[in-house]
Amino acid sequence: MKPLTAIVFKDIVIEMRSKESISSMLMFGILVLVIFMFAFESSGLEKTVIGPGELWVAFSFAAILGLNRSLAMEIDNDCLQGLLLAPLGRGELYLGKVASNFAFMIIAEFIVLPVFFILNNLSFDQRFIGIAGISILGTLGISAVGTILSTISANTRMKEVMLPILQIPLSVPVIIAAVEATSQILNNEKPEISAWLTILAGFSIVYLTVSYLVFEFAVEE
Amino acid sequence: MFALESDDIRKTFGHFTALAGVTLNVERGEFLALFGRNGAGKTTFLKIAATLVRHTHGKLRVEGVDISDEPEKARRYIGFLSHNTYVYRDLNPVENLRFFARLYGLKDPEHRIESLLDRVGLQRRRSDPVRGFSRGLHQRLGIARVMLHDPSLILLDEPYTGLDAHAVETLDQMLDEASAAGKTIILTTHDLEQGLRGATRAAIIDRGKIVFTGAANTAAIREAYASYIRVGVSR
Repeated sequence: MKPLTAIVFKDIVIEMRSKESISSMLMFGILVLVIFMFAFESSGLEKTVIGPGELWVAFSFAAILGLNRSLAMEIDNDCLQGLLLAPLGRGELYLGKVASNFAFMIIAEFIVLPVFFILNNLSFDQRFIGIAGISILGTLGISAVGTILSTISANTRMKEVMLPILQIPLSVPVIIAAVEATSQILNNEKPEISAWLTILAGFSIVYLTVSYLVFEFAVEE
Repeated sequence: MFALESDDIRKTFGHFTALAGVTLNVERGEFLALFGRNGAGKTTFLKIAATLVRHTHGKLRVEGVDISDEPEKARRYIGFLSHNTYVYRDLNPVENLRFFARLYGLKDPEHRIESLLDRVGLQRRRSDPVRGFSRGLHQRLGIARVMLHDPSLILLDEPYTGLDAHAVETLDQMLDEASAAGKTIILTTHDLEQGLRGATRAAIIDRGKIVFTGAANTAAIREAYASYIRVGVSR
């Protein structure tokens, strides 16, 4: 566990100093919510119908910003090579980066989520806790697949463009399951939620396991 | 026993052959200067030895450990420095070294960090973010990172690139100390005089193959350098 905590601690110190990752995710997430609010205000659609999609668009696009920042930190001065020289399995390095990406995304999301509730005039009841739980599961999937894709795109010429092109299609199953589960909670349709939560957890675990196993090949020059 | 045993190491990138079969043994305590033109395969060979790049054919052992079978164990013996220092610009020298010490699982690294900062002359800048460092200061911190876990095999890929006179002096001093302490050093460069300064043996790599090995202080290396590298450049 020591290398994992060392990587997370290092990323936290850098983030506290540069304040680039969380603040950009936060600003982007809130802006998306505000734009959606104005765009759908006159449509007459129920907030609980458009809300889940709105929230996960904000989360998933903000996550790409965070992943790009995390990637930039490791590319600068070839620091990724320094990590690869350490006497650790590649999988351990992967888990360390997933943990820090996950932590930054969750911090940003847990600030964006109350803003979503306020903008949509939703009360902070059981639904808030339920959606927070879904956010944890969904973010695990997004950070699991995003961490390996950001490493792959690090070796390409158009790094910042390549990441969303790879990330968005691959995280679609996670986002669909998260949107559906969020929708069930907002509409109080709890009996049907377990299927979506199973899909969400399943994809997150599969992405995490497969990425852990193939990370060695992703970091190959 | 050899610190590094390379047996017919080959590496291809698609259709491009970077190494066409490198066989090279380096004895413990030896200081080998590896010369070659740009694109000759020096960096690829060192990166394979450092386990950063996977070879396509052959066997390579570091301190008797096969790097394909036990790469994590092999990395404990290796210190690798290139013109990039692999240190984080938003951290200060102490934070950088503490981070790498934790990755290497060093117990009680504080004393070691202090001693290295003294040796590379970075005590006064210990709390300054690396972002503001000159190229020379950067490389001094890079040297401290390499020496942190006390590696027995030090691999240096063009470490003098962009260094000022003072930084070159510090690097030379550190290499002399490491050599005197019995460390094995492999240094790649295309500068003959800089490479031969502390070396006990020299080798030339050309088009992915070792074409010359011999003692560093002989005329033969100068002749081989002239024929393989100077001629190659003029071609």
